[in-house]
Amino acid sequence: MAVREVAALDVGVDTSAVTPVRRQRRLGGLFVASVIWIALVGLGAIFAGLLPIPSPTEMDMLGKRALPSAEHWLGNDVLGRDVFSRLIYGGRISLTVGLLAPVIGVTVGGALGMLAGYFRGRFETIVTGGVDVLLAFPPLVFALAVTAYLGQSILNITLVIGILGIPAFTRVARAVTLSLSEREFVTAARALGATHSRILLRELLPNVALPLVAFFLLGVAVTIVVEGALSFLGLGVPPPAPSWGSMIGEGRESLDIAPWLAFLPAIFMFLTVLAFNVIGDTLRALTDPRPGAL
Amino acid sequence: MNASPPETLLAVADLKVHFPITKGIVVKRQVGTVKAVDGISFSVGRGETLGLVGESGCGKSTTGLAILRMLDITSGKVEFEGEDISAYDRGRMRPIRARMQMVYQDPYGSLNPRMKVADIVGEPLVVHGLATDKDKYRARVAELLKMVGLLPDMAERYPHEFSGGQRQRIGIARALALEPTLLICDEPVSALDVSIQAQVVNLFMELQERLGLTYIFIAHDLSVVRHISDRIAVMYLGRIVEIATRDQLYKDPLHPYTQALLAAVPIADPEIEAGRTQQIITGEIPSALRPPPGCRFHTRCPKAMDVCKTVDPPMRERDDGRAVACHLHS
Ligand SMILES: Nc1ncnc2c1ncn2[C@@H]1O[C@H](COP(=O)(O)OP(=O)(O)O)[C@@H](O)[C@H]1O
Ligand SMILES: [Mg+2]
Repeated sequence: MAVREVAALDVGVDTSAVTPVRRQRRLGGLFVASVIWIALVGLGAIFAGLLPIPSPTEMDMLGKRALPSAEHWLGNDVLGRDVFSRLIYGGRISLTVGLLAPVIGVTVGGALGMLAGYFRGRFETIVTGGVDVLLAFPPLVFALAVTAYLGQSILNITLVIGILGIPAFTRVARAVTLSLSEREFVTAARALGATHSRILLRELLPNVALPLVAFFLLGVAVTIVVEGALSFLGLGVPPPAPSWGSMIGEGRESLDIAPWLAFLPAIFMFLTVLAFNVIGDTLRALTDPRPGAL
Repeated sequence: MNASPPETLLAVADLKVHFPITKGIVVKRQVGTVKAVDGISFSVGRGETLGLVGESGCGKSTTGLAILRMLDITSGKVEFEGEDISAYDRGRMRPIRARMQMVYQDPYGSLNPRMKVADIVGEPLVVHGLATDKDKYRARVAELLKMVGLLPDMAERYPHEFSGGQRQRIGIARALALEPTLLICDEPVSALDVSIQAQVVNLFMELQERLGLTYIFIAHDLSVVRHISDRIAVMYLGRIVEIATRDQLYKDPLHPYTQALLAAVPIADPEIEAGRTQQIITGEIPSALRPPPGCRFHTRCPKAMDVCKTVDPPMRERDDGRAVACHLHS
């Protein structure tokens, strides 16, 4: 940094140690591989319709459980449907539900948690009470009830998993907000006469956002597993739409003769969940880069 | 008090701030009261610096926050520029916030880690709707940074890139943005290295001279406030036990607690150093939840008499303008 003249006032200009003390952060190969995997699955899901692959629902009665070929890269399933195509389209459902459900959790839970942690008092008591009630409710019963009354659809599955995720996000947001609210920068903003909404949005939100985003990615991973489990149980996306969970369920019937029918979607799901976990963990480590940051 | 300049900027009368201690989650039940500030009175003249000194936990921060009306006042009066603000709500305090500001103790916690220095220093202007002209706004932020001895091109950096002393300067710049008349400095140098402390105290003094500021300068020992204070109030367990001009207090401390605090300070002047009696107080500071009966200091006082255990000594103003709450001087 160039030495500058500060003529105004001789107050012992303190320019020492202005060089940023950014720590060199190495993003491991695992992180890069995870990002690449998510990008591939994501691009496949978005552009599935444009890819030169067979339809995921078209049944080839003569090619049941066909082995991989030039036409069917990963073979066919029990009903003669192209496995590779179904994996790509299955990713579309896993990612849609996996990303949208935590969006419900992070917005509703994040807002409730921040308001509870900031305003405290009766509102906080009600929110934490509500969270406990929601946590005590058996999730499978809730999922069954909703799908039974409202029908099985991507929207309903997303809503169910999304609502079930609200308590976790509420807790994280409240805990982070509580500890931040005791910091003097919040007192300073209040002493300036800042409004509640300004303190919540400008002072607290930027600090709550990063831990929440890290938690969001872990939520995506959990949601993909939950969606898979629901589909495996037949409570998920209705057939014939492909989902990794339902593919595992369908492949279960021919585990002895064609085990790959269950293993391939299982591997896709495993890798995707792992990738989201790795990214989430890396982000969490990155958002806490210095002592006293959060 | 004849030592204060004629015009009174701030007058605090019998201020009490009590915190209820509650138990229970749904049904709250009060199990006690922390009498953090328990009946203090003082006034600060315009352009003056009042040092507020006492051990950690004696209620200094609470006093500062109560004056700023960041805490609910249990009873008593706070009069600022002739206006009784002790019952003002959030909305009525807003315009007053521009005229009284605070500098905080923790250089790490008092700056938002996700905000750039420019946004931190400029925030008061934005909050009070003074940031409408972008160029003027930027010029003002640069001016404020210069005023506290920082370079204007530091504005685009984040707080974690700065040292503790620089962070306190940023906090000072933020406090000055609205041109306040009263600055409450809550142990602004306690967290800094001794070598940096003097620099920051000097900055405060130069800013006072230049801007005509009035300070309440809080510290937990008598060494820091010596150079900056005109008068000093010594606090113990929610009370002011002695208030005097700086010279009176350092030359001839009346209250045994003041004497003890002073004994803990190394004094450069050999004349005073030789003449003073060594009285290092021992023992824990009693809990503000259950302050001792009588004089609150009697449990640790080397000169405690029988009367001290039962009768709470009132604050007595003396002929020389100083005031002390001690049975030895009544
Ligand atoms: N919000 C609060 N609730 C309960 N007790 C408090 C609160 N704030 C401060 N106290 C108590 O009030 C007393 C004085 O605190 P404080 O004013 O911070 O002391 P100081 O700044 O002199 O170190 C302490 O005993 C502290 O524990
Ligand atoms: Mg304090």
